[in-house]
Amino acid sequence: MARKTSFQNAINEAMLQEMERDERVVVFGEDVVGGSGAPGVLDAWGGVLGVTKGIHARFPDRILDTPISEAAYVGAAAGAAASGLRPVAELMFVDFMGVCFDQILNQAAKFRYMFGGKAVTPMVLRTMFGAGIRAASQHSQALYPMFTHVPGIKVVVPSSAYDAKGLLIQSIRDDDPVIFFEHKALYTLEGDVPEEAYAIPFGEANVVRSGGDVTIVALGRMVGVAQEAAKVLAGEGIEAEIVDPRTTSPLDEETILESIEETGRLVVVDEAGPRCGFAADIAALAAEKAFGDLKAPIRTVTPPHTPVPFSPVLEDAYVPDAAKVAAAVREVTGAAAPAGVA
Amino acid sequence: MSTTTPPAVGGLTSQELLAGYRTMRVIREFEERLHREFATGEIPGFVHLYAGEEAIAAGVISHLNDDDYVASTHRGHGHALAKGCDVDGMMAEIYGRYDGICHGKGGSMHIADLSKGMLGANGIVGAGPPLVCGVGLTARIRKTAQVGVSFTGDGGSNQGMFLESLNLAAVWNLPVVFVVENNGYAEATSNEFHSSGLDVAKRADGFGIPGVVVDGHDFFAVHEAAGEAIGRARRGDGPTLLECKTNRYYGHFEGDQQTYRAPGEVEELRATRDCLDGFRAAVTEGGLIAAAELDAIDAEALAQIESSVARAKAAAVPDLSEVLTDVYVDY
Ligand SMILES: Cc1ncc(C[n+]2csc(CCOP(=O)(O)OP(=O)(O)O)c2C)c(N)n1
Ligand SMILES: [Mg+2]
Repeated sequence: MARKTSFQNAINEAMLQEMERDERVVVFGEDVVGGSGAPGVLDAWGGVLGVTKGIHARFPDRILDTPISEAAYVGAAAGAAASGLRPVAELMFVDFMGVCFDQILNQAAKFRYMFGGKAVTPMVLRTMFGAGIRAASQHSQALYPMFTHVPGIKVVVPSSAYDAKGLLIQSIRDDDPVIFFEHKALYTLEGDVPEEAYAIPFGEANVVRSGGDVTIVALGRMVGVAQEAAKVLAGEGIEAEIVDPRTTSPLDEETILESIEETGRLVVVDEAGPRCGFAADIAALAAEKAFGDLKAPIRTVTPPHTPVPFSPVLEDAYVPDAAKVAAAVREVTGAAAPAGVA
Repeated sequence: MSTTTPPAVGGLTSQELLAGYRTMRVIREFEERLHREFATGEIPGFVHLYAGEEAIAAGVISHLNDDDYVASTHRGHGHALAKGCDVDGMMAEIYGRYDGICHGKGGSMHIADLSKGMLGANGIVGAGPPLVCGVGLTARIRKTAQVGVSFTGDGGSNQGMFLESLNLAAVWNLPVVFVVENNGYAEATSNEFHSSGLDVAKRADGFGIPGVVVDGHDFFAVHEAAGEAIGRARRGDGPTLLECKTNRYYGHFEGDQQTYRAPGEVEELRATRDCLDGFRAAVTEGGLIAAAELDAIDAEALAQIESSVARAKAAAVPDLSEVLTDVYVDY
């Protein structure tokens, strides 16, 4: 039975249901319980934004707070996964990958390959990303391209509550290391989510909106931005198809290429940077494999090649918005901007 | 104004005492005001307040010159103010204005002013200690008397880079002081839980450097211990780990409901351990400083913060072109 619930609740529910189903699933991270050792109440935080709240009440022995020692506990997730658990570790903000990246890059990602196929490392690293809450340069980055670049790890970037639950369940059941990116501005987004557990397979894009004039590829929070743009464009007679790959590794090339074959035009919208990033990757895919279908040059809409600024006016200018997406679509479709729109 | 020159307390002249008090009071007013302003919704982003811990910033940094460096934390307003960062510039920064000390690009967690030796507040827990090792190396290679001081929380002392820095500073014999502000909590987690071995200072033993514990509510104790550590660094005798036991009066960040704390915990601390109250009692009791002089500083600090908030609110936001500036020196 589906009912409306939030992105945040969907994630919480996925963890609880998988912990119920499989006792090897353990959850740990900084303040995922909150209040450990303190005089007040336990489960005081349930994660910095409350995403793990309530897990402690159900599974007090399988959720652990950690010291601020990301290298140690992210590495412990890799080691625990390789030795029989299915850990779901939390890296509060993906920006903190800087202090623990070796354990992902050189350890978890490479065990299976280096060990000649003899290892399985079923760990999940849940992490918050993205701009929009004035959290400044060290708490706002969209770093999934860095992880996508690394062979051996799978990278998930959900855009809706439904996808968040199904993809997290798949992440936990998956036998490879998975980095699960949660956009902090999506936590309160509501959507229809089945109460029962379900898994969404990796590498299957979701066609969020159908349209014949242009393909917009977007991920995470940018899916909503693309939808907003599509609404405006529909009023101008331009029908956009929105493809949400949902996982950047593996990537559903087929659905993207099929859409381009239909529309002949591609705009990629992304919150990660323009250089060596996701938008550039999808553009390269289209240029290599769909060149003959393209009726116009590919456009990417990304932030500039800068850190994320703090001041709200600057941050809002930094992140792609619907107006920028619509402008890019008009460019590739050759449509004139309506009166009053630059 | 006092015209007499009273005897020094703990080796401090009345001028130094008044300066120490002023620093603590300005920090307190700054933070108390931010607490109220944040509640109105006008301040963007994450704000971590230093109220309750002022004696540490004031006691340590009073030994430093403009060309000595401080590497701070996410809870950095106190260190920045003590290091001489402009009050108006800091307030405007926190409001995201172009007049801000970083033109509104950094905000509360990235306040910095290299001209004052302020290497930045920091959003990455434990990132300061490696940076001051670099400062120490600069001083050693250039044969200056500069020192670097990092601040880290009890929680941050569990970062590998903190421990690596203790060792690096020791083996390179660097003029560095690692201050640990142990306020008992890392976010909502108590140090009873997150740290094995409650005195962080003991970790110094393993690296063969001095580790000292002081009462971080006591300006005089901090001042004295920091003076020794910084003097040792300046003399070329190497790094020290200085742990100050302290408490924070507000939540981890503004908006934190703090249900992990005991009821009445903060009220009790404010009533019994307040660094400003303790200082006032110590200097007025023996008639060293007249209460009226301290009152005058209180009034000045209040007016200064009042004016900085008014200026910040009225100041212009950055031009959108600022998004693209200062990524590189040259590109
Ligand atoms: C590398 C890294 N991990 C985690 C965080 C999130 N975080 C910010 S402050 C904080 C707690 C810090 O505790 P402590 O070092 O004791 O400093 P305090 O806040 O008590 O001053 C945490 C976990 C971070 N900013 N950086
Ligand atoms: Mg602390």
